[in-house]
Amino acid sequence: MKHSTYTWRIRFLSLVVVLTVWELYGRSVNPILFTYPTAIASAFVELVSKGELQRFLLQSLEVFLYGFALAVVVGIPLGILMARSTTLSLALEPYLHAIYSTPTVAFIPLIVLWFGFRVTAKVVIVFLFMVFPILLNTHQGVKNLNQDLLEVARSFCSSERRLWTDLIIPSALPFILAGINLAIGRGLVGMIVAEFFTSVAGLGYMIVQYANAFETAKLFVPIVVLMALGVTLIGLIKVLERKIAPWQNREQD
Amino acid sequence: MAKIAVRHLTKTYNSGDVTALEDISFEVQPSESFCILGPSGCGKTTLLRLLDCLIPRDQGEIFLDGEPVTAPRPDVTMVFQHFGLFPWKNLAENVAYGLVLRGHRKEEITRRVEKYIKLTGLNGFEKSYPYQLSGGMQQRAGLARALAVNPSLLLMDEPFGSLDAQTRETLQEELSKILEQERKTMLFVTHSIDEAIYLGDRILLMSPRPGKIREILPVEIPRPRDISQVRSDPRSVRLRAYIWDQLKQDAEQNMRGNT
Repeated sequence: MKHSTYTWRIRFLSLVVVLTVWELYGRSVNPILFTYPTAIASAFVELVSKGELQRFLLQSLEVFLYGFALAVVVGIPLGILMARSTTLSLALEPYLHAIYSTPTVAFIPLIVLWFGFRVTAKVVIVFLFMVFPILLNTHQGVKNLNQDLLEVARSFCSSERRLWTDLIIPSALPFILAGINLAIGRGLVGMIVAEFFTSVAGLGYMIVQYANAFETAKLFVPIVVLMALGVTLIGLIKVLERKIAPWQNREQD
Repeated sequence: MAKIAVRHLTKTYNSGDVTALEDISFEVQPSESFCILGPSGCGKTTLLRLLDCLIPRDQGEIFLDGEPVTAPRPDVTMVFQHFGLFPWKNLAENVAYGLVLRGHRKEEITRRVEKYIKLTGLNGFEKSYPYQLSGGMQQRAGLARALAVNPSLLLMDEPFGSLDAQTRETLQEELSKILEQERKTMLFVTHSIDEAIYLGDRILLMSPRPGKIREILPVEIPRPRDISQVRSDPRSVRLRAYIWDQLKQDAEQNMRGNT
């Protein structure tokens, strides 16, 4: 705990120094090319008061959440099924790894071709960005079952159903959460890229629009919002991890 | 009738290339404490797993109370060297594990969990998770979990093998006391001669590669036993020297065989 006040003090100090330097330097540069913190703050206030930021943010969040939900609903059960069935796993693994290894951005024009420029296409893109880490981690988590504990369960005559609730699900959960953690980062990328490509909506569109208009301060607002969104979502998963698998963090701390 | 009877048990690995156990036969009487002693690699842990039907056997039969055994039985429980506690269950939930699987009523589970947590000296730690407990405490929980279902046969797979010497001795004493109270039949696998002499009514001495019974020795020291008295008792001193001699012969033979 003594350590933590020190940690926070350094972080705060670093933030103050960086923001001050940025502010001083930013004011001396052509505003088309760069901007500075107070300009971003006032642009933020302006965009919020017009309701513009909220509108675009909600559009983005809608896409992200649908894609996320779809990735979880498909990824986790499929990961479990693959871990349980060697046949299915052998049959599907090559494609999954191939698609996962391909830069997902490469699929976007195809998806736009198939699904158009609206929400559906963007949800599919976000889904594609998110589903693989969730699926593959779930697969690993269920497969990497602790053999010692499996032996304990068998020795105590566990039923197949109880094996799932006592052993398989709880031991896979940290893996699944780690997959979701990875997926969130990728999903945000997918969301923004999808909006670059397709739409007249969302934070991605906002970025493109203000970049084209050379309104650099306003361009930074959605970027900062995205940063905050990413940090918050991943922070939430970290909290969840700590709650669900406290024994895991202990070794890392 | 013998509590457990083993007839001509054989186990091979690598589709018959490596013989882990060869023609093992013995009987253990009800309430007997039976120690299986041998150097590492002699197949004693394999033997215990065969008895619990956790791994398939190649030949031979196992009878529990005269009935042939082919699958893990709910009235036989094991204490593992690796403790085998579920990290996501707290201590009380871990101890309750076997009881829940056997479908006991809630009040009955609570009652028995309380009883065995107290018996193993873990009261006050019910809500703790395994990672918050020392190795010794984790193994007490492992023992409590095995005892809670009131098994007729207790299988112990080097349960104290990974603990430090002091904790080990304390747990040996406590196990000995618990057994006097609960009167269980116990098969205890160990590589420690002292542990086998202190805990055993009889000791099955194994020789390695392939694992065979070398000799079954009675421990003629009356109970209740005191751990330091047992150590200095002339009968145990003689027994230890004898066992040591046998193990050394095996080791020498083994070395000659390897060169």
